[in-house]
Amino acid sequence: MRVNFTVNGRQQEADDVWEGESLLYVLRERMGLPGSKNACEQGECGSCTVRLDGVPVCSCLVAAGQVQGREVVTVEGLADYAKHREDSHPGGACGSVCGGTSLQEARQWQAKGTDGQTGEGGELSPIQQAFIDAGAVQCGFCTPGLLVAADELLERNDSPSDADIREALSGNLCRCTGYEKILDAVRLAAARQEETV
Amino acid sequence: MAGTKTTTGAPTEVTQKHNKGGIGESTLRPDGTLKVTGEFAYSSDMWHEDMLWGQTLRSTVAHAEIVSIDTVEALKTPGVYAVLTYDDLPAEMKNYGLEIQDTPVLAHGKVRHHGEPVALVAADHPETARRAAAKIVVEYRELPVITDEASATAPDAVLVHEGRSDEYIEHVPHPNIVHNQPIIRGNAEEAAKKADFIVKGEYTFGMQDQAFLGPESGLAVPSEDGGVDLYVATQWLHSDLEQIAPVLGLPEEKVRMTLSGVGGAFGGREDISMQIHACLLALRTGKPVKIVYNRFESFFGHVHRHPAKLYYEHGATKDGKLTHMKCKIVLDGGAYASASPAVVGNASSLSVGPYAIEDVDIEAIALYSNNPPCGAMRGFGAVQACFAYEAQMDKLADKVGMDRVEFRQLNAMSQGTLLPTGQPVDSPAPVAEILRRVKARPMPPERQWESSEGADVRALPGGLSNTTHGEGVVRGVGYAVGIKNVGFSEGFDDYSTAKVRMEVINGEPVATVHTAMAEVGQGGITVHAQIARTELGVQQVTIHPADTQVGSAGSTSASRQTYVTGGAVKNSCELVREKVLEIGRRKYGSYHPAWATAELLLEGGKVVTDGGEALADLAELLEGESVEVEAEWRHRPTVAFDKKTGQGNGHVQYSFAAHRAVVEVDTELGLVKVIELATAQDVGKALNPLSVVGQIQGGTTQGLGVAVMEEIIVDPKTAKVRNPSFTDYLIPTILDTPTIPVDVLELADPNAPYGLRGMGEAPTLSSTPAVLAAIRNATGLELNRTPVRPEHLTGT
Repeated sequence: MRVNFTVNGRQQEADDVWEGESLLYVLRERMGLPGSKNACEQGECGSCTVRLDGVPVCSCLVAAGQVQGREVVTVEGLADYAKHREDSHPGGACGSVCGGTSLQEARQWQAKGTDGQTGEGGELSPIQQAFIDAGAVQCGFCTPGLLVAADELLERNDSPSDADIREALSGNLCRCTGYEKILDAVRLAAARQEETV
Repeated sequence: MAGTKTTTGAPTEVTQKHNKGGIGESTLRPDGTLKVTGEFAYSSDMWHEDMLWGQTLRSTVAHAEIVSIDTVEALKTPGVYAVLTYDDLPAEMKNYGLEIQDTPVLAHGKVRHHGEPVALVAADHPETARRAAAKIVVEYRELPVITDEASATAPDAVLVHEGRSDEYIEHVPHPNIVHNQPIIRGNAEEAAKKADFIVKGEYTFGMQDQAFLGPESGLAVPSEDGGVDLYVATQWLHSDLEQIAPVLGLPEEKVRMTLSGVGGAFGGREDISMQIHACLLALRTGKPVKIVYNRFESFFGHVHRHPAKLYYEHGATKDGKLTHMKCKIVLDGGAYASASPAVVGNASSLSVGPYAIEDVDIEAIALYSNNPPCGAMRGFGAVQACFAYEAQMDKLADKVGMDRVEFRQLNAMSQGTLLPTGQPVDSPAPVAEILRRVKARPMPPERQWESSEGADVRALPGGLSNTTHGEGVVRGVGYAVGIKNVGFSEGFDDYSTAKVRMEVINGEPVATVHTAMAEVGQGGITVHAQIARTELGVQQVTIHPADTQVGSAGSTSASRQTYVTGGAVKNSCELVREKVLEIGRRKYGSYHPAWATAELLLEGGKVVTDGGEALADLAELLEGESVEVEAEWRHRPTVAFDKKTGQGNGHVQYSFAAHRAVVEVDTELGLVKVIELATAQDVGKALNPLSVVGQIQGGTTQGLGVAVMEEIIVDPKTAKVRNPSFTDYLIPTILDTPTIPVDVLELADPNAPYGLRGMGEAPTLSSTPAVLAAIRNATGLELNRTPVRPEHLTGT
């Protein structure tokens, strides 16, 4: 079958898709977007989390045919998505009251940030930068799914409590970090968001 | 299809710019940006034009003769390019193995465990490959299964491996025992007479899985010279190469291996999984072949932590001094040897824990059985022992009537104490101090779930399941401490190699570090860049992808990589520095007497004297020249343990960690909530404090997992695995994991590079017994088994 849908803001078309193929398979093997990870492929680990019309889902549990005409955001599109959110709705879902962080401001954190930046820079969403800064990335296999889930949490709740963070990320397994630094990263992203209000 | 298909090829170099980042700083990961944007190429992300997908057919029974294999229907399936069985193996060598070559590439004649690879399929779509594999018909004649010590060592027991000819067979009491290691020191019988109290215990440790998130996977690409290029996630490229080349019938230079992104390892990638299978299919079809295990297959595709039975006896005087220890540790190694001999060495030599006991009588054995093969996992034999000896310490302290922490401190080893092997611990051993630190930490508030509005069920055992509002919830506190050896022991030549180049690129001095070290998430590449900056005074360091075009780095395991490969990078940098200074002397030596007389350093892109005077810019000095050194580095040699007495200086270094666990238990439903797992660990020198803390927290969580939930359940009648999925094999989520405050000590080891102490495994040891002790403290139950399940707490 043929499936038409939007991935990270771009219209895509996949041909010859098997009825049993998952959205995860189509993203990874047909679209060339391997950022969503294949850790359990049974909806238990959250490594393949993407946003489907804004809602975080395990893409391994979504049949490719279900995304016909819908919008998917993967970790590859997270920075753009965050930027777009800030441009069009400052402060995300909470409106102008709780503020938010423009990419320009995100860059400013980079400039005054800790004792070093990694790689060649590039445009990262606040939660991506916070994961790097807080040391929340070890092997990194769980990271894409956690980033998508954490970004969605911060979109609807700009100052989550630890219990809120734990609840929101309870569907994402991580085997390396012991989660402490992931909590740190989400707290950091939230705090930076607050600073810029 | 309009979708943009990008080729994911070899891993990219990672370069860090504009970063001070010397050793001791919390420098950020050079691969961090790639990992948060989804661009980092893990082994399962590899893709090649025209590639095929490989699939393994695995045995559905644990122990059987193979009567026949019929592949006709599978081969007829449209889209299938090859179906391989044992008969298709190209070389005389058909087995592989880390220590004993007892593992068949594909089962021949017999299968010895549930899930053993029997046949391979390559097809143009993964689903085609799966369906074709399902059409292969294998006829088995089932054999009785060996599942425990009694069935393995019975006089008439079926032998798991007939006709053994390995180096251990001469010394083992039964052919179904892979290896045994007795350790006798002093006279435990005599010493027992001085004991006022004797405590005996029998403990059971369940089979834990590494459960790394990135599944076993890789891509094999056949080359024009008849060889193969393999991109794969592993812990030790050169060890894989040594096992792969002989069964392919190829010289090692025709098998070129490159490390692709590794999604965690924890010991589970020390053994071969899909490496040989992908190469066989690629060489047979002439096409690139990718194999990616799903989670179900992953549980069969790697070895697990040895489940164990541990029998202990300790004595103490009424003053609380330990008199003696006797123990027998029975590790189930499953169907193939893997790392069992070395696990036995660790379990026996560390069975006494971080305590000073002069009179001991120890034996550890590993069985061959028809259970899943077991091998390396974080903590490697020391974990099981720690679970038992720490339970013993609590029981003994209670008998003596002492505080449990004080009892441990009274008997704690210190620098100079002899291990049961007679080897002195010749670097700081702050066992009493790390216990003091976790004990001194303020306790988390009681009944945190209570608020003016009632109970916040999220903070209670059972969480949002809303199982309790606190009615039957009781709190407990437990302590534990452990000792882990660092590096490969027992005389193993545990070296590493590093190639370091220094040159000027775009007017800037740049160092490139090339090793075969597997970066599995531990942060080794971060540390290598830090070492190069520190030693060579450059800002920009490029980390070359790890491959077999450089000498072996040894394994990313045994807490050894920062010690050994870090040592090799440091050593190579020092040799590069000497060459750079030679160039400087040649070019500028006549202009300033300091070139000949002063101690010279490379700092901030300059050559400086130890008095701080700058003599030259590295960029100018190196213009038009590059300096490169490839050198090996070894730590102090060790020796094998004596086969009968276990005596010998078998270990290189030790690391120590302590935990205090605070738990709350719903006694009605048997649910446990771990509130806090405070830890203190000596790391010698924290080369990267951020990474060190991350490792300690991660290791602690794996120990928590096996305390309360993680276990591969094997049916004792059929030896079949019952729970090979993340639905049924549970690992801790963020809701199961408590706050983990970490206290890092840095007591330098004078024999190690920068004084560092390998530290990745120690936190996994003591967190399990600390949690168990806390649950016992809360419930008053004996609990001699891990993991603890609700039925153990409710007696149901």
